[in-house]
Formats: sequence, C-alpha cells, structure tokens
Amino acid sequence: MYNPQLNAQGQLQHLLSIEGLPKRILTDILDAAENFVGVAEREIKKVPLLRGKTVCNLFFENSTRTRTTFEIAAKRLSADVLNLNVSTSSQSKGETILDTVNNLIAMHADMFVVRHQQSGAAHFIAQHVPPHISVINAGDGRHAHPTQGLLDVFTIRKYKPEMHNLRVAIVGDILHSRVARSEIHALATLGVPEIRVIAPRTLLPAEVEKLGVQVYHNMDQGLKDVDVIMMLRLQNERMSGALLPSTQEFFQTFGLTPERLTLARPDAIVMHPGPMNRGVEIDSSVADGKQSVILPQVTYGIAVRMAVMAILGGGNAA
Amino acid sequence: MILPDPEQLLDQLYQQLKPRVHENTALVGIYTGGVWLMEKLLQRLQTELGRDIAHGKLNASMYRDDYARRGMKTTAQPGHIPFDVNDRHIILIDDIFYTGRTVRAVINELFDYGRPGLIELAALINRGGAQLPIRPDIVGADIPLLAHQAFELSINTQGRLHLTVTDSSQSATHSPEANLPNDSGAN
Repeated sequence: MYNPQLNAQGQLQHLLSIEGLPKRILTDILDAAENFVGVAEREIKKVPLLRGKTVCNLFFENSTRTRTTFEIAAKRLSADVLNLNVSTSSQSKGETILDTVNNLIAMHADMFVVRHQQSGAAHFIAQHVPPHISVINAGDGRHAHPTQGLLDVFTIRKYKPEMHNLRVAIVGDILHSRVARSEIHALATLGVPEIRVIAPRTLLPAEVEKLGVQVYHNMDQGLKDVDVIMMLRLQNERMSGALLPSTQEFFQTFGLTPERLTLARPDAIVMHPGPMNRGVEIDSSVADGKQSVILPQVTYGIAVRMAVMAILGGGNAA
Repeated sequence: MILPDPEQLLDQLYQQLKPRVHENTALVGIYTGGVWLMEKLLQRLQTELGRDIAHGKLNASMYRDDYARRGMKTTAQPGHIPFDVNDRHIILIDDIFYTGRTVRAVINELFDYGRPGLIELAALINRGGAQLPIRPDIVGADIPLLAHQAFELSINTQGRLHLTVTDSSQSATHSPEANLPNDSGAN
C-alpha cells in the first residue's frame, strides 16, 4: 500500500502521522533520540548534522511550546531556522497555503514543520513539495501530532523499558486530542498490551474501541494498577456546544488528585503534554509531585525532534 | 592470509600504551570495536597501576562526513564522556584504522565537550589507506589490505576477541575503482 511518509526504499521521507509507520521506523527514531539526549549536557550544545540546511516552522495555528522545541531542536542540529506565524501574516492577506509554501521553496527551504488547525494540512503540503524536501506534522486539527506521540513513548521507555508489560491510561479530552490519537498508535505499534482511555462520553470519539483501547468512564476504575498515566489538556478552544457542565465538575470527576493517584501502581509515572490547566485536569501537588515526569517530557521532546529532523535531513543509504 | 591473534595484538598495543598513561590521561573508545578494546585495556591498566583511570565512549555518528550521502546511523550507541575534557591528555582507541574519517569525526565531537590538552590515537591494526593527515600514534600491527577487503573484529560471550577478513569483490561486481579506498569510513 502506498504510504506518503516512506520513500521507495521504505525509509522515512515525511513524518505526518504515527498511524501506518512500521515498528522499525519508530524504534529507529527512539534509538537515534538516545544519542541526542546527551548533546544538551555538553559545553557546546550543537552538532553539525543540518549545517547549511534551512528549516521552516510554518505555523498556521498558534503554539509557543511546540514551535520553541522545534526551533531549539533545529538550531542544535546547526540548521538555519525560519519561523513563520502564518496566521498573522500572508494568509490574512489572502495568500493560499501552496503559494506560501512555493515562496519558501523558492528561498531554498529544506524542511517544513507544519502546524495547522485543519486535519490533513501537513499531508497536503507533503504531496506538493519536491522530493528533496521533508515535511513534519507538528499538529493538524484533531488528526495527529506525531512528534508528541513519539516523545511520550520515548519518556515511557526511559522510565519503564519493559513496554510489552505495561498498563497505560490516557485521561481526559480524547475527542479533541490529536495527541491521544498519536499516543495510542505509538503505544500499540511498540507492543504495549493494555491501553485504557478514561473520559466522559461527550469527550470520546465514536468507535474509539476500534483503536484497540479499553474504555472507562470512571476514573477510579480506570486508574487501578496502571503503570503510566497520561493526562490530556481540556481543549476549550476546540469545543463547540455544551460538552461539559463546568471545569470544576470535570476536575471532581476526571481530575488527577493525589488520592486518585494512589489507585495506580506505586511506581506509576504521571505525564502531561502541556500546557497544563492546573485544577482542571490535574492537581498542582500531582503535577509537581515526585511521580510527575512532565518536565523530562519537555527535555526529551527536543531530543526526539532532533532525531526526526536528523533522520529526514540525511542522505539515504542505498 | 594468516591472521594474527587479536589478543596478542592487544598485548602489543598495551605495552606501548602503558608508559604513556599518567595522572591526566583519559581513554576514549570509539564504537563498537574500540569500546571493547578500551574496556580490556582499562581493566588491565587499572589493575596494574592500582588506581581508577578516566574513560569514555564516542560514536561520532552526528559528526560523520558521509551523513549527506548515507544518512543518520540510528543504531549507534550514545556517546558518554563523564570527565572534564579541558586540558586532558586523551588517548582515542579504535580497532581498525583506515581512512581516518571516523577519527576526524570523533576529534570534532570531543572538542564540543571542551578543549583537550593532547589527543593521541591508538589502533589495534593500521590497514593503510588514510585519506586525511591523521595517523595512529601507536598500533598493534600494520597489516595492509586491498580496498575490497575489510577486517572484522568480534567478541564472544567469554570476552575473547576474534578477527576475520571479509571480501566484497566476491559478491559484488568488479569495478575499475575497486583498488581505491572507499570513503565510507568502514574498514
């Protein structure tokens, strides 16, 4: 089957979604990321891999953290980085996406990091660009956020290397979350046997069970004996209509409190992709507690994004 | 071709290495074979000298000059330099010295950790074919090989080294460039 993410040799050409990527590719990215973790601890936090290349951060939707981590990752690989907040620029003057992209190609961009509020935008750009240019999806609508999914599984692998033996719970707004979708695909591909989603019915996509997850509507039942708790942000900006009575009620039913955390295994880790709504999805004492790996997620996110860019930016071994 | 016992070559390398090691010396093994050799040399040195010696490992996969052609080697094990590099005497340890490109990459990486005082290179075998002005300071043996041949060093579960020669001309078609060293950095 044709997969736009892979070239004729089966190597990664674009990173658009974790869905459809073989385990071999995911493992390659995670293994490469191990090499980049140490770069940040050295006197000179740079390696020369992308020297002379230009990476374009093409953000049609606002994001500070994701754009910043991609920017740091590209700079630590010695690339030149161009940040375009298209939402506040050409598009408001009426330029089409492809015209924007064509202009950047004319400026000899080598890689595009794309975030867009519409699902499929990165895929659309990937089909348009010439073969020497790679596209990385940094979040498209409700569809996918593959580097976030990868950095989450990288973090899990760091703390819980026995992935074939894990029970993972993803909690909160699954419906609007491209992060949840990418996490589920990554965990399943890497062989995690039990993936639970815990959410109110209004925040679950239809037929979510088909992704191979177990569905819980009760937080206490869902958290029982899990090794990993992945909290999600309540995406108020994507909600239309009354999906929730109030954020206070959400916290009472689905918020991660210190008491609920004791239901999980004593060595369970707590994750959150950020930005956090303290007191809505997660209690501050849990977010800052000793089981939280939320800040290591950010650090590992840079190594994982460096790995993805380094794999995409290099030649292909014949 | 009769091949020497790599354990004997390692002993010859050790005899030359030992007088060079002083208080300020650190050993750095180059993945993969160089790390095996470094660990064996380190163990013997630490036993005979009765003290700990600073040591580290590098793979230089992020500094290779063939990245634009061959891409990132993702299986490489992470480098680790757990000592202060500044003003150190560093002895790099590699298994087979060939083009010098791997050593060039490793030296570049080392400088991103700090400014070493002196860098020397020890190789188990120098097979000839250098493409850069870089040569090992001490070697176990000089054994020239043809471009289509390569040494392969392996280690068994008992930790014993084993040396073989592979020949790519027997499986690949012969090309006029066959006698020129390739630039992959592989040996």
